[in-house]
Amino acid sequence: MSYELPHLQALEAESIHIFREVAAELERPVLLFSGGKDSIVLLRLAEKAFRPAGFPFPIMHVDTGHNFPEVLEFRDRRIAEIGERLIVSHVQDSIDAGRAVEETGPRASRNRLQTTTLLDAIEQHGFDAAFGGARRDEERARAKERVFSFRDDFGQWDPKRQRPELWSLYNGRINRGEHVRVFPISNWTELDVWRYIAAEHLEVPSIYFAHTRPVFERDGMLYAHSPHVELIGGEEPFEVSVRYRTVGDMTCTGAVRSEALTLETVVAEIAATRITERGETRADDRVTEAAMEDRKREGYF
Amino acid sequence: MAPGAATNGHATLTQTSELLRFATAGSVDDGKSTLIGRLLFDSKQILIDQLDHVVQTSERRGDGYVNFALLTDGLRAEREQGITIDVAYRYFQTARRKFIIADTPGHEQYTRNMVTGASTADLSVVLIDARKGVIEQTRRHLYIASLLRIPHLVVCVNKMDLVDYDEAVFDRLVYEVTDWAARLDIVDITFIPISALHGDNVVDRSSAMSWYDGPPLLYHLEHVCIAPDRNLADVRFPVQWVIRPMTAEHHDYRGYAGQVAGGVLRPGDEVVVLPGGQRTRIAGIDTYDGEIDAAFPTMSVTLRLEDDIDVSRGDMICLAEDPPLVAREIEANVCWMGERPLMPGGRYAIKHTTRTARALVEALEHRIDVNTLEHEPAAELALNQIGRVRLRVSSPMLVDPYSRNRTTGSFILMDEATNDTVGAGMVVGALRALKGPDGPELG
Ligand SMILES: Nc1nc2c(ncn2[C@@H]2O[C@H](COP(=O)(O)OP(=O)(O)O)[C@@H](O)[C@H]2O)c(=O)[nH]1
Repeated sequence: MSYELPHLQALEAESIHIFREVAAELERPVLLFSGGKDSIVLLRLAEKAFRPAGFPFPIMHVDTGHNFPEVLEFRDRRIAEIGERLIVSHVQDSIDAGRAVEETGPRASRNRLQTTTLLDAIEQHGFDAAFGGARRDEERARAKERVFSFRDDFGQWDPKRQRPELWSLYNGRINRGEHVRVFPISNWTELDVWRYIAAEHLEVPSIYFAHTRPVFERDGMLYAHSPHVELIGGEEPFEVSVRYRTVGDMTCTGAVRSEALTLETVVAEIAATRITERGETRADDRVTEAAMEDRKREGYF
Repeated sequence: MAPGAATNGHATLTQTSELLRFATAGSVDDGKSTLIGRLLFDSKQILIDQLDHVVQTSERRGDGYVNFALLTDGLRAEREQGITIDVAYRYFQTARRKFIIADTPGHEQYTRNMVTGASTADLSVVLIDARKGVIEQTRRHLYIASLLRIPHLVVCVNKMDLVDYDEAVFDRLVYEVTDWAARLDIVDITFIPISALHGDNVVDRSSAMSWYDGPPLLYHLEHVCIAPDRNLADVRFPVQWVIRPMTAEHHDYRGYAGQVAGGVLRPGDEVVVLPGGQRTRIAGIDTYDGEIDAAFPTMSVTLRLEDDIDVSRGDMICLAEDPPLVAREIEANVCWMGERPLMPGGRYAIKHTTRTARALVEALEHRIDVNTLEHEPAAELALNQIGRVRLRVSSPMLVDPYSRNRTTGSFILMDEATNDTVGAGMVVGALRALKGPDGPELG
């Protein structure tokens, strides 16, 4: 008998360990769920960590109000299936309360405003740990982020003051008012996530597969034509077969041309792609070289 | 071409492969970033937008060549100073294996980062500049690899192009390193002459060094045998979390969840729960995907026990005939990571497997000069220093020597005021091992 774990199982075991450590060492964790593929994997890992019992924490979704309807429909169905508690925090509420100011113009996005809503919700519910689906392979600034990433009482990340993380011994000690973002799939790559989804037969929102949708082209990317985005002169919506590589706010998540209707063909396309997930589809990261790092300092996920 | 490289690592959905974690160490400018960039690029993991970014930035900086090092420089401060100052993790995959690289800085003031990267590594890649030979930093990198007991070591003699790919230069370095390594506890060491910049012996075999008959680096990384590195002899299961659903359906279910730290567990095994000492049998091993008939490192599983005994987080399930050391006083090597020095009399929180307690530094026996390996008397351990300490712990520790088990032999120390992780500890042994959970409380 061979006592070697195939790599997906080794990654899974590590992630389960992280979930259980947080449940044991922190008082009020919450699992952030976007409906995207990474958080779908997180949900399954939480099931693996705690079943047959319920999760020792609720699930929270920060709804920008500009989410894809397919994703919201999927979210509600999936959470109902697993029988856990869902909290929805609305960016619209932060705007109505004057806590956040809506951007205007054709490039307006609520992506940045999510930070305020998220931090307010964390404070309101007294959460001291928030699980997120970020991976270190996504972007260069994330490559050095810890699995347990500390946020001060303003929700800010200080890359210079990260705690060393040794062996599998996580230090979850925090002061009142602080919280820790925990990334159980830090060591997974985009391909690992898809392979896991296939191996576990996990359902993903339909927008991950090729579908025909009205889009328009801006800065070399395809965006969904929707009431949430103003067109700039010369931009003409057209219909084409696309799929999404990430699921975010409709205003800043780009689609890629695709004919892939199954997990196998999606993975084949990803394997053959020569562009990173964020570079291809996330307008928010393209603004400046250090865009992600700046947003993380402010408390973005 | 190394097997696997040609497939781009992206085979099929269902393909399985092993995981290899390796750490890289080298002095500034030895070519570490170039080597990693080269591995990623030649194994086709660099995507166009990342490459564009590197090409553009290289041009802007006037590097005069495509600076692969830029691929691995994450944070802004580092980009500005042009050096790696924190552990960065990188990923790539071939058909045979998935790799996690802990890219660590080489300077003495970053010893703690190097130790952090080394703590989880199966293998360490140490770079030497062929022109400079073995320098103080090389000796330190080798020492840290041996202290952290990284099972496999690969010494890459880089910049061979700058010494005319001369075999004699390589041989001399092999001799020097082997000589130093003999003083360390190193089991497996491999030497490879490379040019990271030109790609010789990184992914593809070099045509310029026909005198070298070993494999290129990537081939070695894909084939080095890591399965026997884990301790499969001594059963160690630190209880992490108790699963008690208390629902109608699972009313009496009680499972002990954790990650196997050593040995192979099977249903029916007679076990002892430490430190309490109750004996029972494993009734079943559960996972979300159903019951399994064997659990081994590093699986995360849930054990059910035959008897209804009191088990909680921090307990350890072992075989009765092969228990760990149970002790309140331990001797350990510590790498200090705190801004304020460690001193005898200092009190810290200690985390070992799933147990947290308080520890008192009874004595600092010596400090280790990481460059000469000499033991020297010391009044304190400052940031990045390594020394031998004696600790008294507020509740019994269930430990193994680090040389026997890297999981049950390691611990961290945390500052109770700042909550920072300030020390990385490796157990050498127990003083006055206890039979049961008695002894005085820490004052
Ligand atoms: N000639 C030559 N130059 C190299 C080689 N590897 C790296 N370099 C150069 O050495 C310098 C330092 O390399 P870098 O990767 O930044 O070193 P690091 O500080 O160890 O990450 C750069 O100018 C590289 O282009 C090599 O194999 N041959």
